[in-house]
Amino acid sequence: MARLRSYAGLVVVPALSILLALLVASFLIILSALVGPEGKFNLALPLVAYWSLLEGALGSLRGIANMIVAATPLVLTGLAVGVGLKAGLFNIGATGQVLLGGFAAALVGERLAGAPPLIAIGGAVVTGILAGALAGFIPGFLKAFTGAHEVVTTIMLNALIQLIISGSVNDVFRTAGPTFARTASVGAAELTGLGETTLHLGVLLAFACVPFSYWLLWRTTLGFEIRAVGANPTAARYAGMSPRGMIMFTMSLCGAFAGMAGAIEILRLGYYPAVFGTSIGFDGITVALLGQAHPIGILLSGLLLGAMRAGAPLMQIQAHVPVEIIDVIQGVILIFLTAEVVVRRVFRLKAARVEAGELQTITRTYGEKVA
Amino acid sequence: MEALFDIPVLGFILQFAAYLVQIITSGHIAPIILGLATPIALGALCGVMNERSGVVNIGIEGMMLFAAYIGFMTALLVHEAFPMESGPVFGATPALLAGVVTAIAAGVLISLLHAWLSVTVRADQIISGTIINITALGLTSYLNRLIKPFGSAGTFKSLHPPAALVNLPGVGWVFEMFLSVGPIAMSVIVFIIVSQVLLFRSRWGLRTRAVGEHPKAADTVGINVIRLRYQNVLLGGVFAGLAGAYLTLEATGSFQNGMTAGRGFIALAAMIFGRWTPLGAFGGALLFMGSQALGVAIRLAPPPGDLGTFLSGIQQSYPSLYNNFFGGLPYLITIVVLAGVVGRSVAPAADGRPYEKESAT
Repeated sequence: MARLRSYAGLVVVPALSILLALLVASFLIILSALVGPEGKFNLALPLVAYWSLLEGALGSLRGIANMIVAATPLVLTGLAVGVGLKAGLFNIGATGQVLLGGFAAALVGERLAGAPPLIAIGGAVVTGILAGALAGFIPGFLKAFTGAHEVVTTIMLNALIQLIISGSVNDVFRTAGPTFARTASVGAAELTGLGETTLHLGVLLAFACVPFSYWLLWRTTLGFEIRAVGANPTAARYAGMSPRGMIMFTMSLCGAFAGMAGAIEILRLGYYPAVFGTSIGFDGITVALLGQAHPIGILLSGLLLGAMRAGAPLMQIQAHVPVEIIDVIQGVILIFLTAEVVVRRVFRLKAARVEAGELQTITRTYGEKVA
Repeated sequence: MEALFDIPVLGFILQFAAYLVQIITSGHIAPIILGLATPIALGALCGVMNERSGVVNIGIEGMMLFAAYIGFMTALLVHEAFPMESGPVFGATPALLAGVVTAIAAGVLISLLHAWLSVTVRADQIISGTIINITALGLTSYLNRLIKPFGSAGTFKSLHPPAALVNLPGVGWVFEMFLSVGPIAMSVIVFIIVSQVLLFRSRWGLRTRAVGEHPKAADTVGINVIRLRYQNVLLGGVFAGLAGAYLTLEATGSFQNGMTAGRGFIALAAMIFGRWTPLGAFGGALLFMGSQALGVAIRLAPPPGDLGTFLSGIQQSYPSLYNNFFGGLPYLITIVVLAGVVGRSVAPAADGRPYEKESAT
């Protein structure tokens, strides 16, 4: 029973944060009508917008399929951030890990374009995972041995990886034919929709990572060590664990999840364009924080964000609210989530039991050596 | 000397060093370096204000971006209401001045959110900063889509220092570097020196450092830890706001989504490189962004000899990689510096730790 109650506590604050964020976003939506071409003051517009958002995501089977496909990479990048949080690491380098994973998958996919689909897809995805893991290992190594905080190094790596990949697609891997710079098609490795829908094999793979993470974190010694290092690195070291090893392993694992997300996105597209902008890396931060860094929470918040992304185009058509409102809603949800005090005050909830939660430990290692 | 340049590897390095000295002292590249370093130095100053009082600020990026947008839009709106020719001093117009003021106000407003989250709510400060970055990016992209800005309020103009000063042998390039720039870039050196002196020579500076190192001791001698941290975070917001204003009102005259492009984080690295001192951070900013200016310099005037042939060969075969390499150098140097320096440069002891006054019970 006590356990059930603590789960409810995990859900209530995020849910109320979402509610408050939608309320705040309503003002911006009303503003959008006010400065729009007609300049009308339309109080009902937020309802119209949210309704079309819902309709776009859940109103049809195709909408639901789109939602799941949009949620697929978000769940993975959510895990890429969330599993890191469990070890006291804040991986905001998912963007770069996604790009490197996607790029590697595109290059291998290109070579395997003629192979049987399962082998081609398998080869490309595995390479993408490994490339993502490498992109995660670098900041992990730097943190473990030099103390350079992963928040700064991963952001720098995001920019570097993006510049190097777009440069090499333009200069080295550009395929002749298309009018814009992109790599050659991945052929058989492309993740095509199953039947009439946009659902693809990658969906299964991605969603399988949720129970896998749960099993790893709570049912294995390795997971216990990850969480122990996250909760208290000094105590973990005295207990004979290696914080350095755990940091490098966890960052590589996080990178692997993000790399898989990148591989799936690129194989769905069929090639790697020189200008590949994606927000899934940063969305992963929202997914992980909203999901309280728990695999099941990450699954749910990934689906929620996927629904928003899938429904947003219809909202823009029907209510003329720019899709960018989704980014604003995400940010405001996070602000309320962080300022839990406010949410609790507004809804007159009792204060949470004070715990040494993993979300409090990230800043502790700032500007310090690990071991 | 020429003979030395023919030695295989050493010769290359010597040629390169000679080229570096030559382009910096030629006077044309130095002001570009200062221009590129301005938002980094101001952002680093914001970081120093925050972290010296014990508050980690990862949200400098978002503060800059939000300020850049607000300043730009204000200047544009004022410009449309009262169109006016560029003024005689720095090309300043009421529109541009209004833009700078609102940009600073926007920086302060966002830093108030950060102060509240990290000092009062005692949330994890890195998460608070990250959330500020995410929200600022989303909000400015949304507003930028909503209110499509056509036209521009223009930019501040650079000063033209007298030729006699610039052509002084040996030191002329220093004058050109600090005088042949716009007003915000010029003000940076003033802010750096003033804050360096105040931080280490004034009552406020002593209190700030005390609160950053040992808040409990500071509290015991009657310093209001919470209020001082609020003051410093808000003061940091002023600098972040000014950095944003620089991007849209002095450097480019336009706003693009996400135009800060990691500058807030490079600023943090410059701060760490400078061991949490304003002067050191300024040096870091010049070093980091100087590497980016190198790409510009080589394109304008390639070095002579083998080095020049080698570089222009690469530039011709791989133009995109070549540009992106120099564009990415500051990020690479940031990583290398962080990896090399962090262990030896020590953050203020209470950095990132929220302060909770012990209750009487």
